Amino acid sequence: MTLLGKLNWNAVPFDQPIIMGASGAMVLGIVLVLAWVTLKGYWPYLWREWFTSVDHKRIGVMYVVLAMLMLLRGFADAIMMRSQQAIAAGGAQGYLPPEHFDQIFSAHGTIMIFFMAMPFIVGLMNFVVPLQLGIRDVAFPTLNSVSLWLTATGILLTNISLVVGEFAKTGWVAYPPLSELQFSPGVGVDYYLWSLQIAGVGTLLAGINFVTTILKMRAPGMSYMRMPVFCWTALASNLLIVAAFPVLTATFAMLLLDRYLGFHFFTVAAGGNAMMYVNLFWVWGHPEVYILVLPPFGIFSEVIATFSGKSLFGYRSMVGATMAICVLSFLVWLHHFFTMGASADVNGFFGVMSMIIAVPTGVKIFNWLFTMYGGRVRYSVPVLWALGFMITFAIGGMTGILLAVPPADFVLHNSVFLIAHFHNTIIGAVVFGLMAGYNYWFPKAFGFRLDERWGKASFWCWLIGFYVAFMPLYALGLMGMTRRMQHYSDLSWQPWLIVAAVGSFIILVGIACQAMQLIVSIRHREQLRDVTGDPWDARTLEWSTASPPPAWNFAVLPHVSGIDAFWSAKELAHARHDGPARSRQYRPIEMPRNTPTGFVTAFFAVIAGFALVWHIWWMVILGAGGAFATMIAFAFREHDEEEIPAQTVAEFDNVHRVEVVL
Amino acid sequence: MSGAVVALNGVPQARVATSEAGPAAKRIVVTYGFWIFLLSDIVMFSALFAGYAVLVNATAGGPTGAQLFNQGSVAYETACLLMSSYTCGLMSMAIGAHKRFATYFFAGVTFLLGAAFLTLEIREFIAMIDNGAGPQRSAFLSAFFALVGCHGLHVTAGLAWLMVMMAQVRVTGFSAVVERRLLCFSLFWHALDIIWVGLFTVVYLMGVSQ
Repeated sequence: MTLLGKLNWNAVPFDQPIIMGASGAMVLGIVLVLAWVTLKGYWPYLWREWFTSVDHKRIGVMYVVLAMLMLLRGFADAIMMRSQQAIAAGGAQGYLPPEHFDQIFSAHGTIMIFFMAMPFIVGLMNFVVPLQLGIRDVAFPTLNSVSLWLTATGILLTNISLVVGEFAKTGWVAYPPLSELQFSPGVGVDYYLWSLQIAGVGTLLAGINFVTTILKMRAPGMSYMRMPVFCWTALASNLLIVAAFPVLTATFAMLLLDRYLGFHFFTVAAGGNAMMYVNLFWVWGHPEVYILVLPPFGIFSEVIATFSGKSLFGYRSMVGATMAICVLSFLVWLHHFFTMGASADVNGFFGVMSMIIAVPTGVKIFNWLFTMYGGRVRYSVPVLWALGFMITFAIGGMTGILLAVPPADFVLHNSVFLIAHFHNTIIGAVVFGLMAGYNYWFPKAFGFRLDERWGKASFWCWLIGFYVAFMPLYALGLMGMTRRMQHYSDLSWQPWLIVAAVGSFIILVGIACQAMQLIVSIRHREQLRDVTGDPWDARTLEWSTASPPPAWNFAVLPHVSGIDAFWSAKELAHARHDGPARSRQYRPIEMPRNTPTGFVTAFFAVIAGFALVWHIWWMVILGAGGAFATMIAFAFREHDEEEIPAQTVAEFDNVHRVEVVL
Repeated sequence: MSGAVVALNGVPQARVATSEAGPAAKRIVVTYGFWIFLLSDIVMFSALFAGYAVLVNATAGGPTGAQLFNQGSVAYETACLLMSSYTCGLMSMAIGAHKRFATYFFAGVTFLLGAAFLTLEIREFIAMIDNGAGPQRSAFLSAFFALVGCHGLHVTAGLAWLMVMMAQVRVTGFSAVVERRLLCFSLFWHALDIIWVGLFTVVYLMGVSQ
């Protein structure tokens, strides 16, 4: 029993040049950014306007920034894996030793799912949903800030594991008994578990927040069947968060009890049942797939309708399909492990259910196609992503149907065919959707559009790179290559893997183009400026306010009388030939006050999480006590709202003339 | 929706459809959000229940539920918890009437009953561990301690919450914020009762009847 638990200097892998190089670069990067912020004197601004902000738009932007940083980290892992597999054939061992390679594929999956896709989606929902609903904030603004910073805590802990200690070597699913203390005695699995437990609390709180916001806080007249489809998909996604994430929390808690207190939930000895972990994990895991993919479906619906200049085809069937997927997603989990040995009837049931879930998805694809049919489609960057999605996702969906057939799955289980399939759907739908949403809503967030040329270059590199990187994996899977191989002896696989590596480098160029797009757009922001608030001639309420919107979003809450409320208002104003009605009655607006609660709670959560990983019990008490004290301090706060005077609201509204008043 | 009467010129009409009314009042939003939280908490318990159901026969040669559970003690625990729900309801009425003394009194009784429940539960746990039937003994006992212990942790958190709320009533009186939080507390406390009823049935009644 020492003061620092299991922590000592051996935890830092000085003898591993690759890890030391990567973590050195990461630490150097962080130090440089911190130094730059300090020299420029930005700290007070950042603290006041961002870190303590409870404004849903700023929280959304911060989520997306975190997600983009994690995309870089996760993609660095991907490039390393692809290049390792391109060279480690036959006698060659490549440059990554097995214990390092194992950490890389675990970190890649964990980071991409939990710390890239999830924050990106929650960020876009944060930014867009209240604006689309025509309201001023989410139901629980402070809780929203807590969610953001707890997600950041998880991200920080995962990245600390690169420098201090190790990450899990178990794959991103951390199946026992491999993830039990007996076979993974190091701190890697503990980093994984505590990062995800803490970030999971943040995600659950965000889910509760958004369900409440969408069901209880809509603008006058915004009935359910008038909500934009993105709000519907956000609702479905957050219902799934509320119903699925607690299962993950419970499952990880069981594994933690096994590892920390000698329980026997999933151990080999004393009656533990490892397959129970696998079942519980996927009871969360399959809904999670739809948590990720439904909001992108909503983004595509908005993008396709806007850029086709038509209202969405089959709005009601789109809503129905979304909610059908929401329910069905809980009935397919067993298809992740048909090889468990359940009876043919059980496997048959889950196989059929997995195929049925393709039906509502097909409905959606046809709705998007029919929306474009007869429309005047403008091939802007978001539309390109949407078209790339439709083709790619249809292919990914069909390989999924193949895997849903239990006998076929017995052949392909855990092969790289599976890897190709889920990247086909997750990159094709989630990542492409996020990129479409990023390009689509960027002007709303910052007041200027993103550069089209670099955006298109990025899209084409991603699309081509994706096909070059993942199509070979289908062939390799059928040839018998299993996933997670640090080295292989079958030389006939190597050419395919070299092609795949080339594909990953094409995607790298795509990511570089995206970075360039951002830089170029910031430099040319005056030419790209959006003064109308409606750069795309769009249909939903977020475009009826200024870009960027004021803290209060709408000077007067809009009154909604149909689907595509903003579009009909524009048409009406056009038909009447009258200018914007400026005789508005402004009232003072109550807005929630900024608070450091979220940031400070997360600070203590980092301390507690790190201490739990390393068994530093006094520090656990310090972290948990600090987080509790922060909550109490917040609970006893006297003024949680501040009033924005009517004059300020009126002045902003006069400077930023919106074209149409609802 | 269709044909609904709308608030015109700021004059609210008698019957306005919910969707026409705009964002709901704070009290509704807060309690609704808390209901959603409670549902998520119940989902978490359902995973623990499922784990218990899977592992209930995995005793690894160790003691079974029928050999371990003392139904007398569990009956007292149940009585304490159910009575505390009743006194919690009386506390809610006292809050509604803004009676400070009655609020403190019924909060105190609720606290004591909750603490009595916890004491009995901890005594049961200690006795089991002393007899070599701790959570490390078998998968069945791991699942038992995790499920029942998780409920116990919730009761503990509820007691801490109740104390904080009484301090808030003392400091700020019956403000709208404090009343909303107390409403959430009582929802939480009753939800713990519901979970206990399930737990009592699945663990203790079914465990002994085997």
